[in-house]
Amino acid sequence: MTIQGGVQYNKIAEIKGPLVVVDDVENAAFDELVEIETKDGEKRLGKVLEVGNGKAIVQVFEGTTGLSISGTSARFVGKLMEMPVSKALLGRVFDGLGRPKDGLPDPIADKFVDINGEPMNPEQREYPKDFIQTGISVIDGLMTLVRGQKLPIFSGSGMSHNLLAAQIARQASVVGTQDDFAVVFAAIGVQYSEAEYFRRSLEDSGALKRSVLFLNTADDPAIERIITPRVALTVAEYLAFDLGMHVLVIMTDMTNYAEALREISAAREEVPGRKGYPGYLYTDLSTIYERAGKLQGRKGSVTQIPILSMPSDDITHPIPDLTGYITEGQMVIGRDLFRQGIYPPINILMSLSRLMKDGIGEGSTRADHSEVANQVYDAYSRAQEVRALAGIVGKAGLTDIDLKYMDVGDVFEKELLSQATDENRTIEETLGIMWKIVSKLPKNEITKIKDKYVDQYYKEE
Amino acid sequence: MVAQGKIVWVSGPAVRADGMSDAKMYETVSVGNLKLIGEVIKLTGDVAFIQVYESTSGLKPGEPVVGTGNPLSVLLGPGIIGQLYDGIQRPLRELSKKSGSFIGRGITTTPVDMTKKWHFVPTVSVGDEVTGGSVLGTVKESELIDHSIMVPPNHPGGKITNIVTEGDYNIETEIATTEKDGKTISLKMYHKWPVRKPRPIKSRYDPTVPLITGQRVIDTFFPIAKGGTGSIPGAFGTGKTVTLHQIAKWADAQVVVYIGCGERGNEMTEVLVDFPKLKDPLTGKPLMDRTILVANTSNMPVAAREASIYTGVTIAEYYRDMGKDVVLVADSTSRWAEALREMSGRLEEMPAEEGYPSYLASRLAEFYERAGRVRAIGSPDRDGSVTIIGAVSPSGGDFTEPVTTHTMRFIKTFWALDAKLAYSRHYPSINWMNSYSGYLADIAKWWSANIDKEWFNIRSEAYGILQREDTLKEIVRLLGPEALPDEEKLILEVARMIKIGLLQQNSFDDVDTFCSPEKQFKLMKLFVDFYNKGQQAIKTGATLADIRVMSIIPSLLKARMEIKDDEMSKLDQLEKDMEEQFKSITGVKVSN
Repeated sequence: MTIQGGVQYNKIAEIKGPLVVVDDVENAAFDELVEIETKDGEKRLGKVLEVGNGKAIVQVFEGTTGLSISGTSARFVGKLMEMPVSKALLGRVFDGLGRPKDGLPDPIADKFVDINGEPMNPEQREYPKDFIQTGISVIDGLMTLVRGQKLPIFSGSGMSHNLLAAQIARQASVVGTQDDFAVVFAAIGVQYSEAEYFRRSLEDSGALKRSVLFLNTADDPAIERIITPRVALTVAEYLAFDLGMHVLVIMTDMTNYAEALREISAAREEVPGRKGYPGYLYTDLSTIYERAGKLQGRKGSVTQIPILSMPSDDITHPIPDLTGYITEGQMVIGRDLFRQGIYPPINILMSLSRLMKDGIGEGSTRADHSEVANQVYDAYSRAQEVRALAGIVGKAGLTDIDLKYMDVGDVFEKELLSQATDENRTIEETLGIMWKIVSKLPKNEITKIKDKYVDQYYKEE
Repeated sequence: MVAQGKIVWVSGPAVRADGMSDAKMYETVSVGNLKLIGEVIKLTGDVAFIQVYESTSGLKPGEPVVGTGNPLSVLLGPGIIGQLYDGIQRPLRELSKKSGSFIGRGITTTPVDMTKKWHFVPTVSVGDEVTGGSVLGTVKESELIDHSIMVPPNHPGGKITNIVTEGDYNIETEIATTEKDGKTISLKMYHKWPVRKPRPIKSRYDPTVPLITGQRVIDTFFPIAKGGTGSIPGAFGTGKTVTLHQIAKWADAQVVVYIGCGERGNEMTEVLVDFPKLKDPLTGKPLMDRTILVANTSNMPVAAREASIYTGVTIAEYYRDMGKDVVLVADSTSRWAEALREMSGRLEEMPAEEGYPSYLASRLAEFYERAGRVRAIGSPDRDGSVTIIGAVSPSGGDFTEPVTTHTMRFIKTFWALDAKLAYSRHYPSINWMNSYSGYLADIAKWWSANIDKEWFNIRSEAYGILQREDTLKEIVRLLGPEALPDEEKLILEVARMIKIGLLQQNSFDDVDTFCSPEKQFKLMKLFVDFYNKGQQAIKTGATLADIRVMSIIPSLLKARMEIKDDEMSKLDQLEKDMEEQFKSITGVKVSN
């Protein structure tokens, strides 16, 4: 991005953390883009967080390291931060602020768009209900993803969330359609190797030319991370709603984003909420997640799969907690399953897709889908209870029916949950395995499926 | 004299302006060149502190601020039903006509169509005495709503000197005039009312009539009364929103106000898509004809989120004053509390617990106190109610956080959602040990008068089984189920049946989504009978294994979704089959 014009001020009053306070400022606007120039002519970007009484507080995305009170100048550009968008962005790699990182020149812009976006009018949204087949049984069968949904992966350090997200990106399709799709990938403070894994995975599957990558790796400036998801989503919205593409946005790792936000909040000496995160963390996260969706009268859609690592695997930590209140469900990676070497290690009991109910059933998957899924959930939950009990009283203390449930738990993990990273199952195959699991139970235990489906699909062994 | 000042400072939704010595507290003001809507929330000298209801990006010090002289008010008149409003009563459908798919800024529009003609039928004549609140006539607002046109509550009263004849008028037309002490007042079909001020009433009644929601765990175990207050706290994924949607769909109220306060955009869209298609179980008319939505989704400006609660409750009170039973659902009051916290932080007020302002508790109390069953002011006599049901989203699912604990002080029905139940797909995941209803004793009278005299006893028996199971579970956890005698194992078995066959309810199943009070009672009685007959059978020699294999069990458990409300005879048949099967197992043992 090249920036011209604006008003320059040379009086820096204070530099603390990621913030620069500029004095004797007139005519600056809230949220305005600022270009900071150091003594040596190095340029950094920032934006106005607070303005008034002759002062402006500017947040510097690339950090304040090396800035000095004298010799630093701030140019108020006179506009909000914008991202140039066009079809030429496909296949390109950018840094966390949206500047080319692949050595190629700036793409020719079709238009410039404010990266903060505007809230979608709920009246103009189209309720998402197109089933996306990911080819991953546990997702398609039990926590179905639909176009326009925001369904995060809650993971922990070192687990296989990237593998899973990459597999979804490769395999996701809407059965029976040939629509234009694209992938927007935002790396937010992740290790270089993780970002590279995604790039290669997209390349290997031939999807790279339909992808746009924004990379802020762990060694890039932390405050830049505030911007990375926003530029990525601005591009995604353009591809979806201007060009009519179905866009899958993968953002990893949102925990790093929230930490950058906390850093700024602390530097501004704001009253903290839980664990030092600002009280507006919920609102701030919602301005990212709520940018998923579909709009009436427009062809495309924005589907989000944000990934976040739960500190100490704690789902009640403010980041997963507030995320879960905004997103339409969550896929939780379980440490126990991961340790057992199961892939994908999704803990189904803690996972959920809120939009599943409208994406499945007659006409999209199959009429019995919802009920058989309920029964599988119920059975696996019973299996977990029985396993816990068996741990204390031993198998001898269990009833016959308890033992059947234990068996169901094993079959579930082996046959439905476990899957190879390149295995792409149809929804029919998935439903078949689900009925196989249900059929391990005596008919008396089938309490969540109507008789007509039991008669049709139940096969006693 | 309206205040005219200039912006001196901007930070997020908070703006300070000087030259505002004429501004009043809670006056609405127009902010900046874009004429954004704001509200004065603090005055120091000539500096006004303003919360702005729209995004302040690009706002500069020096831009003008102009007062309106009026507090934040809503327009009350025909045309509100079926609307989707933002937090300050701007119709989102009209906004989309002006700014497209995304919500633009500085757009003004009227809350209802001022030109649409309504068929007005007067009910007063020239010479009649009227006071504030008196009904002047009616308008058919929707298939379901007869809208009473009322004299504004703050009207001084007087004699009708003119009233239009029956006919079609838009709401700007003068429909009546009153005169008192030589002063003439002109009346239209609408008036405005400040949202932060409760509408006056004549008197309050005790809430004793249940609000039937068709949800078994609510109606049967933890009922709420019309005009009562309830709260539903729960961690994410426990089904708050689904439960609230169910209440909004099926509650036997005449008007439903649904406030989406800081929640998901798609949830409001879902209501907009579903409700016109769903039929009111009592009248068979589309549910949208009785519903008003107020949506300030999480990504919309935070200050308007604070206002949305008041906008919603004022609209609810307006329909209450017509003599209607109104249900107000607020999802989620926690987001409203967070909006308070954010503004409080920017005002640099001394924070109380977890950064929330010290007035959080009193604001919550004021809000819930606007519920009630009341006699409206004016003539003729009208009794109406506002039932308030608020969701709470406790951080980390921790019920000891400030919003939950303060809310519990001001409500009488508490539906505690339980993440563990939700994880095992027990929906609605209302925990039967932690929930309570303060209306039970009063409401029991309604059930025994209208459904069955035995209701309270049977309910106590059913609840007793659940309580005993809760104690026995501890033993099972340590020793395994085989350590218990058959009589106690039967308690576990029947408790499981009650959980699956009665407490659980599938909102997405066409039959199970709504359960009539008659069916609720009958189902509950079947399980209690099963228990009593089972104990009897064990006493006379049957074993639990005999009972467990009875083919009646799956039929009982599926009755909630296989048997429709109008097929009660099938439940009677189940009862007979159950008796037969018990006879046969006891019979076998006795002959041994």
